[in-house]
Amino acid sequence: MTVRHPGGSASFEILGEDHTLGNALRYIIMKNPEVEFCGYSIPHPSEEKMNIRIQIYPEYWEHTKPYDALMKGLDDLADLCDHITHAFKEARDNFVEPGDNSEQR
Amino acid sequence: MPAASNRRNIVGVKAETVTNVSSTDFPGHWPGEDHSWNIKHFRRTFRVKFFRNTPLFSQFDLIHTDAAIANTLRRIMIAEVPTLAIESVYVSNNTSIIQDEVLAHRLGLIPLCGDKDALKGLSWYLRGEDSAPREPTDEDTVVLYLKKACERNPDAKKTDTDPDKLYINHNVYASDILFEPAGRQIKSFAHDPVRAANPDILIAKLRPGQEIDLTMHCIKGIGQDHAKFSPVATASYRLLPDIKIKKPIRGKAAERFAACFPKGVIAIRERKDGEKEAVVDNVRNDTVSREVLRHDEFKGIVELGRVRDHFIFSVESTGQFDADEIFLSAVGTLKAKTINLKRDIYKMLRKQALDARRAREAENPDADEEGDAMDTQ
Repeated sequence: MTVRHPGGSASFEILGEDHTLGNALRYIIMKNPEVEFCGYSIPHPSEEKMNIRIQIYPEYWEHTKPYDALMKGLDDLADLCDHITHAFKEARDNFVEPGDNSEQR
Repeated sequence: MPAASNRRNIVGVKAETVTNVSSTDFPGHWPGEDHSWNIKHFRRTFRVKFFRNTPLFSQFDLIHTDAAIANTLRRIMIAEVPTLAIESVYVSNNTSIIQDEVLAHRLGLIPLCGDKDALKGLSWYLRGEDSAPREPTDEDTVVLYLKKACERNPDAKKTDTDPDKLYINHNVYASDILFEPAGRQIKSFAHDPVRAANPDILIAKLRPGQEIDLTMHCIKGIGQDHAKFSPVATASYRLLPDIKIKKPIRGKAAERFAACFPKGVIAIRERKDGEKEAVVDNVRNDTVSREVLRHDEFKGIVELGRVRDHFIFSVESTGQFDADEIFLSAVGTLKAKTINLKRDIYKMLRKQALDARRAREAENPDADEEGDAMDTQ
């Protein structure tokens, strides 16, 4: 086991968040090619705490810190939200309700 | 795309197991493939498709996104989109057989509706220190009244046994709840007052001489705090089913095959030579019951699965907001979360930098701080 550069990995404790943000953030941070590992956990269900761990590949330590990856994840998530809103509104406004004969659930 | 990757997004549904469950579209998972986050790629591939859109019910597909995103939006719809609900009930008189606390709970669960813009414009009712109640205002509290007394119907015949004929006002319905606008609510709710979304909810039953007289305060809240604040009756998604027929199924077997699925999933087409053949018609109707996997004659011929990045959302509103608006609010809430968290991280980093500087200064104290250190010794 190698000793990690202290600047190459970090855990963040986020108060008042749960799986709702945790999993979405984990997904989007894992999509970052500079990130070696990202995971989140909720240590105890009675505590409103969410821990998220981010490790950066050693070759990117020079210019990327874990909080940079976290920030990028948040930005990407905001972009994703904007596009979902746009695509959803477009699909809704172009949608014509079919006759009531096709009840599909 | 190569043939192998076409099946990559299919979750295999076998007789006893489910295979290929996790998504693998991450950088470093597949050699030579770039799966890093790319908003342009997302814009190109992401699709929304509507199937139903009524005020109370929406069904739509989100295609080419991850379960992490779909589940986050579902969770936010249920637990974090704010609505108005009855929070405090002040009972002046309740001589009915339903106890005050049970009645208050029943009232709390009644979905309310009213002018949507005015409802969205309400601010949060924040309790004071030690969660002591604070003076409500027209900005954060909506006041409703319910007053009903039951009496005998003087016109009832002696032989009548039907309560509807014997008594007056013996049923208390949600439509009996009346709105008392205060301040700027008089204007904002002028055309669309706050009322129960479903007027026919039975709240209590009364008998002659019994009376209910109470005042209710409604505030804005979220489903995380109490289910009564949840804007949706159900908000759920399922994955699009996938049926792959590997070898043609013809003749009588085609009919037996179709009988393994719900109606409309498998169609039977007549071929040119007059023989019948089973083809997949509408997979959306399938429940993935796996019935077909119990029949030995179809072993190895059919593969069941679900498309991992195709989410069929069903959103049913309780009546306060339209179902499609609830989804949009959920997306907005998620974006607000990212912005708030970013602000908090900036704050944390600034504090860390400040602390580090203080620590450095403590290590190399200048003249003033040396004096302080002497004192403590």
